[in-house]
Amino acid sequence: MLELVTTRHNPLVDPSLHIWGWEIPVYLFLGGWVAGCMVLSGWLMRRGRAPGQGSVAYVLPWVGIVLLSLGMGALFLDLEHKLYVWRMYLTLRPTSPMSWGGWILILVYPVMALAALAAIPRDLLSGWPSLAAFAERLRAGRSLRLLGTVSIASGIALGIYTGILLSSLGARPLWASAVLGPLFLVSGLSTGAAFAHMIARDPEEESSLLRADILFLVTELALIALFLIGHLTSGAQHAHAVALLLGGPYTAVFWVFVVGLGIVVPLVIQSLMASHRIGHTVIAPLLVMAGGLALRIVIVAAGQYSHWIVP
Amino acid sequence: MARFGMVIDTRKCVGCMDCVIACKTENDVPDGHCRDWIGQRLQGTMPDLRLTITSERCNHCDRPPCVTCCPTGASHVHDFGKVVLVDHDKCIGCKACLAACPYDARFVHPDGYADKCTFCIHRVEKGLAPACVSVCPTHSMYFGDLDDPDSEVSRLIASRRHFVLKPDAGTQPRIFYLE
Repeated sequence: MLELVTTRHNPLVDPSLHIWGWEIPVYLFLGGWVAGCMVLSGWLMRRGRAPGQGSVAYVLPWVGIVLLSLGMGALFLDLEHKLYVWRMYLTLRPTSPMSWGGWILILVYPVMALAALAAIPRDLLSGWPSLAAFAERLRAGRSLRLLGTVSIASGIALGIYTGILLSSLGARPLWASAVLGPLFLVSGLSTGAAFAHMIARDPEEESSLLRADILFLVTELALIALFLIGHLTSGAQHAHAVALLLGGPYTAVFWVFVVGLGIVVPLVIQSLMASHRIGHTVIAPLLVMAGGLALRIVIVAAGQYSHWIVP
Repeated sequence: MARFGMVIDTRKCVGCMDCVIACKTENDVPDGHCRDWIGQRLQGTMPDLRLTITSERCNHCDRPPCVTCCPTGASHVHDFGKVVLVDHDKCIGCKACLAACPYDARFVHPDGYADKCTFCIHRVEKGLAPACVSVCPTHSMYFGDLDDPDSEVSRLIASRRHFVLKPDAGTQPRIFYLE
């Protein structure tokens, strides 16, 4: 027997019960991580780190290409009309951050590919003289600085758009905050910095990336505070939405996994590492990275749960 | 240029759900989904209660967030009657429009594209009323051009107290409920 659905109490009917599953938070996390990799790689390039010196600046673009491909894979899995994905690239719609994002994803690949090419050792390119000559030109000081600048700019665009994408969907009051773009960008920077200082081999580079990560984590805490305050001091819709994180069903997971284990604990550990009171440990950067993923999972899940209250 | 809208008299509506069944039949809406549905609003405190029944669907807003957020242009405002439609062959199923709609009027069709009420544009183009309007047994639903001051919908809005759903969402909905 088939029961006809004439009211809304059905997850198939009511999308506020479920719009996006695991794919979108994973994509937003990987996109933010790649953005962090690009900004930090560009920053190190501009500081004069040349290829062949063991700098992490030339590992990050390779990692970024792999991570972004995985992220785009997750994004593709989320699409319901997969065979029509090419439609995204027949138009650029200025009012749709998702459209900007589609194009940003395509534009960051060549930037990372150029940085990755500069990192390939000369002898590996000996079979392709024209490619080797191009890589040599890229390694020249001015080209590297320019590539660094472009890498920083495209990394910021990638990192910030993921937050603007959600904040433009005004029907979900929890996402309707201008802080979400900067918050996702800084979270991506802290994820990238944590990963970079975890794999860095040069002690000086490791130390500067560690200090950068501490700065990013403190900024992220401040932005989370602004995000909460902004909602609490706005109208009833926003106060109702942010209550999901302040006493509502997402409170424990937000404060324990995002703020506690994802920011405060690694911030304390990394501050002790920076002042040489404890040795370098991978626990702190792994916690930062897990916290970045937890932030996306909580914000996406709580955001789609929040809705415009009646009437 | 017409700008179609709907007026629903909550004093006449008895919540029989004929509009929902007519829509499912006319538009072959897949099992488990609805393009329109019946809402019930209970106001007051016991024993002074008032029940308002609302037949709800896509509001074909004048400022449709589902159209502005669409990355491919699949969600669009149709030239005829300014009706908000989805071009199935352009929709990639990203679900941004589902998240953008304050009325939760959209769903993903099992074939992969975003789906919702079309104001039965295929019937309106032939001069017929939308299926839900045509079957209403209490004649509580009216459909017409909001830009024509002499249309039945315009005259009802001008002469009767009415409300729209979630006006603070700022989307300027085009379904009006008479009180």
